[in-house]
Amino acid sequence: MIRFILLQNRQGKTRLAKYYVPLEDSEKHKVEYEVHRLVVNRDPKYTNFVEFRTHKVIYRRYAGLFFSLCVDITDNELAYLECIHLFVEILDHFFSNVCELDLVFNFHKVYLILDEFILAGELQETSKKAIIERMGELEKLE
Amino acid sequence: MAMSGMRGLSVFISDIRNCQNKEQERLRVDKELGNIRTRFKNEKALTPYEKKKYVWKMLYIYMLGYDVDFGHMEAVSLISAPKYPEKQVGYIVTSSLLNENHDFLRLAINTVRNDIIGRNETFQCLALTMVGNIGGREFAESLAPDVQKLLLSSSCRPLVRKKAALCLLRLYRKNPDVVNVDGWADRMAQLLDERDLGVLTSSMSLLVALVSNQHEAYWSCLPKCVKILERLARNQDIPQEYTYYGIPSPWLQVKTMRALQYFPTIEDPNTRRSLFEVLQRILMGTDVVKNVNKNNASHAVLFEALALVMHLDAEKEMMSQCVALLGKFIAVREPNIRYLGLENMTRMLMVTDVQDIIKRHQAQIITSLKDPDISIRRRALDLLYGMCDVSNAKDIVEELLQYLSTAEFAMREELSLKAAILAEKFAPDLSWYVDVILQLIDKAGDFVSDDIWFRVVQFVTNNEDLQPYAATKAREYLDKPAIHETMVKVSAYLLGEFGHLLGRRPGCSSKEIFNIIHEKLPTVSTATISILLSTYAKILMHCQPPDPELQSQIWAIFKKYESSIEVEIQQRAVEYFALSRKGAALMDILAEMPKFPERQSVLIKKAEDTEVDTAEPSAIKLRAQQQSQTSNALVVTDKSHANGAPLPVGQLSLVKMPSMSSNVDDITADPRLSQENGTLNEVDSPLPSADLLGDLLGPLAIEGPPSSSAHPQPSSNPGMEGAAVEATAIVPAGQQANTVQPIGNIAERFHALCVKDSGVLYEDPYIQIGIKAEWRAHHGHLVLFLGNKNTAPLMSVQALILPPTHLKIVLSLVPDTIPPRAQVQCPLEVTNLHPSRDVAVLDFSYKFGNDMINVKLRLPAVLNKFLQPITVSTEEFFPQWRSLPGPPLKLQEVVRGVRPLPLLEMANLFNSFHLIVCPGLDPNPNNLCASTTFYSESTRAMLCLVRIETDPADRTQLRMTVASGDPTLTFEMKEFIKEQLVNIPPASRVPPMQAAPMSPVAQPASAPPPAALNDPGAVLAALL
Repeated sequence: MIRFILLQNRQGKTRLAKYYVPLEDSEKHKVEYEVHRLVVNRDPKYTNFVEFRTHKVIYRRYAGLFFSLCVDITDNELAYLECIHLFVEILDHFFSNVCELDLVFNFHKVYLILDEFILAGELQETSKKAIIERMGELEKLE
Repeated sequence: MAMSGMRGLSVFISDIRNCQNKEQERLRVDKELGNIRTRFKNEKALTPYEKKKYVWKMLYIYMLGYDVDFGHMEAVSLISAPKYPEKQVGYIVTSSLLNENHDFLRLAINTVRNDIIGRNETFQCLALTMVGNIGGREFAESLAPDVQKLLLSSSCRPLVRKKAALCLLRLYRKNPDVVNVDGWADRMAQLLDERDLGVLTSSMSLLVALVSNQHEAYWSCLPKCVKILERLARNQDIPQEYTYYGIPSPWLQVKTMRALQYFPTIEDPNTRRSLFEVLQRILMGTDVVKNVNKNNASHAVLFEALALVMHLDAEKEMMSQCVALLGKFIAVREPNIRYLGLENMTRMLMVTDVQDIIKRHQAQIITSLKDPDISIRRRALDLLYGMCDVSNAKDIVEELLQYLSTAEFAMREELSLKAAILAEKFAPDLSWYVDVILQLIDKAGDFVSDDIWFRVVQFVTNNEDLQPYAATKAREYLDKPAIHETMVKVSAYLLGEFGHLLGRRPGCSSKEIFNIIHEKLPTVSTATISILLSTYAKILMHCQPPDPELQSQIWAIFKKYESSIEVEIQQRAVEYFALSRKGAALMDILAEMPKFPERQSVLIKKAEDTEVDTAEPSAIKLRAQQQSQTSNALVVTDKSHANGAPLPVGQLSLVKMPSMSSNVDDITADPRLSQENGTLNEVDSPLPSADLLGDLLGPLAIEGPPSSSAHPQPSSNPGMEGAAVEATAIVPAGQQANTVQPIGNIAERFHALCVKDSGVLYEDPYIQIGIKAEWRAHHGHLVLFLGNKNTAPLMSVQALILPPTHLKIVLSLVPDTIPPRAQVQCPLEVTNLHPSRDVAVLDFSYKFGNDMINVKLRLPAVLNKFLQPITVSTEEFFPQWRSLPGPPLKLQEVVRGVRPLPLLEMANLFNSFHLIVCPGLDPNPNNLCASTTFYSESTRAMLCLVRIETDPADRTQLRMTVASGDPTLTFEMKEFIKEQLVNIPPASRVPPMQAAPMSPVAQPASAPPPAALNDPGAVLAALL
C-alpha cells in the first residue's frame, strides 16, 4: 500500500503531502526532509526507486517537481511509477497544461483530485475520464 | 493559470511566495496565524465562507512545515456544516491535519456516521474518503457494517461503492474482525462479477488484503480472478478509458495476479490451464517499445506475472523462460528493468532451485555491484548474498571485501554484516573465516558491529586448531601503523588468550606482545582499556618463567589505573593487581575462558530478524519460509559446557569476580551466559500452596467465603448443574470490607483449568465463577456458571469476551441481574481459527450494593485444548519426522533454565497437555518423543511431533525439536512447550523438587508472585 505521497519542488518545498499511515507532525517533517534529500540529487539516468527506511520510494521528476510515493517493499514498482504518471496526466488535463503555480494556488483542488484517485493508500480509479467528470460535478456544488 | 476561488487565500499564498527569505516567510506566517487565532476566538462572528478560508490557510501553513497547534477543533467542526462547500473543507483539512490517534476525531464519529448512512451521495463520498484515509480502530468498530452495506448496495452509484470498498479495506486493516462475518466470502466473490472497473479495482485491493491473511475462505474467488485476468489480457470488453497506452488497466492486472499469489495452488485443471495460457501470453508477448510509459506499464504486468509463475511453481519449461527473461533483464542498460531483474532473481532464489542457472550470471551481477546507482548496487548485493554457497563463497566474499573500501557509508554496515555472515556460513576452512573477519575490521572497522568480532572470538575459543593461526594474524595486524580500535580489541583479546601459543616465533615473546599492545593504550577508549588490562593479566599469567621486569611494568600499570575514574577499569586494576600477587593461584583464576555454548549465530539471527513492514504479508516470504533449508552456519562446538558445572564452588566464586564476569559480558553479547555462571545463590522451588489445589479441582459449586463459612461445601457434591441452590452456604456479606478480594489465587486457578476441563475460574465473597468445557477438534463448548453467594441480588452483571485474533468466541446473553443464591449458566462457543498461544480474556463486572467489582480473567481456551492425543508407532513416526525437512516446519531449540525434572515427570507433564509420549520410540533413554493432533480451522487436523533430548549431566537444559506441517503451528507449539518446561505452572501436579541451583532466567519464573507478572496473559489481563 502507499504509505504517503509527496509533491516537492527542487528546493524541498512541499506542494502536497498526503499520509495514509498515522505519523506525528515532527515525524512528517522529518520524512519530507529525508525524502527530498534522497531524491533530489539522483542522476536522471538512475532507477526511479530508492530504499527509504523499511520501505521504498518510487519517484518521478516532472520539470522542477518531484512526485514521490512511499510504498511497501513488496509492492510492484513499475505499477506505482505509472500511477504517478497517470496522476500527472489527470492534473495536466484538469488544469490544462499544468505547472507548479497551478498546484500552489489550487492546492485544495489537488487534494480533491487525489482523493478521487487514491484512497486508503490504494488505487481507487484509473479512468482519467471518470475523475475529470467527477471533478466537474464537484465544481458545480461549490 | 487557474486561480483559486478564494481571494484571501490567493493573496496570502502570493505574499508567501514574495517573501525574500525564510525569515520574512516566518514573519508573514506568524502574522497570519495570529490573525486566524483571533478570528477563531470569536467564532460566532465568522461566516462559513470565512471559516473555510481560514481553515484552508491553516492547511497551507501546515504544508509549508510550520506547526499549527490550534484550529483543529474548527476544522473538525466544519464536518458538521450543513452545506457542501464547508463540509468538504472540514473533511479534507481534518484528514490532512489530524491522524487516527487524535482525540478530536472521536467527536466527529457520529456526524461521519450520519453522513455515511444519509441519503446525500456527495456527503457519503466525503465521509467514506476521510474514514478510508485516517479512520482508526474506533471507526472500524462503529462504522464497518454501514460501509459494508454501501459496498453491496445495488442502489448506490459505482462512485460510492468503490470508495466503500477501500474504506472497508482500511477498517479491515485496523481491525480484521470487521469482515469476520459469515457469508462475507460469498459477497466478496459476487463483487468480483462487477462490471464497473473502478469498483472492481477497489474490490480487488480489498480481496488482496483478505486472502493474504486467510485464503481458505476465499477459494470461490480464485476462478473469478482468473476470469478477470483473462478478460484483461485479451482486452475483451474493456472500455477505452480503462486502457493505459493501449494496455487494459495494468493496475488491475497486477492486483489480480497479486491476489492469486496468496492461494497456495490451483487445483481445478481448467482454471489452471486458462491461467497458464494468460501467463504464457504475458511472458512471451511483452516487447520493449519506445514509449516509456507503455513500456513501464507492460513490464509492471510482466514482473507480476513472473512472480505468479514462481509462486505456482510452474512446469520447468515456464520457469526456465522466467530465468532466461531475468538473465536478459539484468544485462540491459535501462536502470529500472535491470533493477527489477536483480530483485526478481533474488526472489526466485527464495522459491526454487535455480542457483546453478543464476550462478552463470555471476560476472554480470558483480558489474551491477559497481553501478553508480546505489539502488542497483543494493539489489546486486542482495542477489550475491542470496546466491552464495560453498562453491562461490570465496569469490563473492572477496568481491564484497574489495567493494567495501569504496562503498559509501550508507552501505558499509550492511555490506560488512553480509560478508561476515557469508564467511561464517560457507567458510571452506576456518582460517579463511578468520582472515575475512579481520580484513573486514581492518577495512571498515567503524561499520563492524560488536556482534561480528564477538563471533570470531567465539569461533577461535571453541576451535583449538584455529587458535595459533588467529593469534598469528592478530599479531600481524598490530604491526600496521594505524589500526581501528575494534582491531585493537580483538587482537588484544586473542593474544591475551592465545598469545602464549606463539611462544618461540620472532616478535612473539610475552614482552614483545605486551609492548606492541601497550603502544595502543593511549589512543583507545575506556571500554578497550578494560580489555587491555585483562590481556595484561593473562600475559603475566602465561609468562613462564616469570619475567620480573615485565611483571613490574604491568604492576605499575595496574597501580596507575587503581585510581581511574572509570569504575570498571579501577576494579579490574585493583583485582588483577591483587590476584597477580597470589602466584600459582593466578593460574587457576585466569585460566583460558571456557568454550562457548552452541547457539545460533547472532549475526544470522540479526539478518533474519530484519523486519519488513508491509500492509500485506509477502507472498514470496510465506512460500519461502516453507522451503528454506536448515541454515548451514558453522556450529560452535560445545565440548566443554559440561566442564563448567562440576567445578568446586570455592573456585567458582573466585572466577566469578565481578571484573571477570563483566569481561565475559564483553565478549558474549548474551547476558544470560554470564549471569548463569555468576549467580550462586540457591533458590527454593515453590511449593504448591497447601490444599488449595484440592479445593480448586473439586466439583464446582457455590461456596460461602471460607473464612466465615459455617458449612463448608462437601467435596463429594456432584452438582454441576442442579445442586447449585441448595448447596449454597449462606453468609451475610455485610461485614465484608469494601474492597473485594478474590478468594484463592486467580493465576493458579487459571493454570489448573489449563489441564482440567472443569473447576472454579474465580471467586470472591459475592460470586463464584465456575467453568466447564468440552472440546471437540477445533471447537469448544464452554459453560460459565455464575453463582451468587449472597442473599442480595448481584446487579449490572456484564461479561465481555476479549478474544485474541485466532479465536472466534460467541458468548450467549448474560442476564443483567443474578438473583440471591442463584446460579446462572452462560454457554460460550469457541472456534480455533489458527495456531496461537494468545489467551482470551473475560472482562467481568457486577455491582453489589455500592461496590462495582470488575475483574479480568484469562479463559482457559489455550493451545493444548485443541490437541487430541494420538499414539504413533515407530513405523509411522520416523517417515513423518523425516518428511518435514527443517525450518520453518521443523524447529529446533536448545532450552536453558529448564526446571530440572526426572524424565518420567516430564512425560507426565507432556501427557497432561495431550502430547502423548511414545515410550521406547527414541532408542536413547534420555530422550522423549511425543505426538499429538492439533485442530484449527486453518490447519484442520494436523499431526505434530516433538522430540526432547535431555542431558543427564545437566537437567536444566535440553534440546527440543518440534515438527508439523504448518510453520505457525510448529513455532507456537515449540514456544508453548518451552513455557511449560521453563515455567511449570504451580497447579500442575508436580511434586516439590529438591532445592536445586537455578539459573536466574528460570528463577523469577518459578516463584509464584513474579510468575503472574512474567506471564504475558496475566500482564495483559492486568492492563486491560
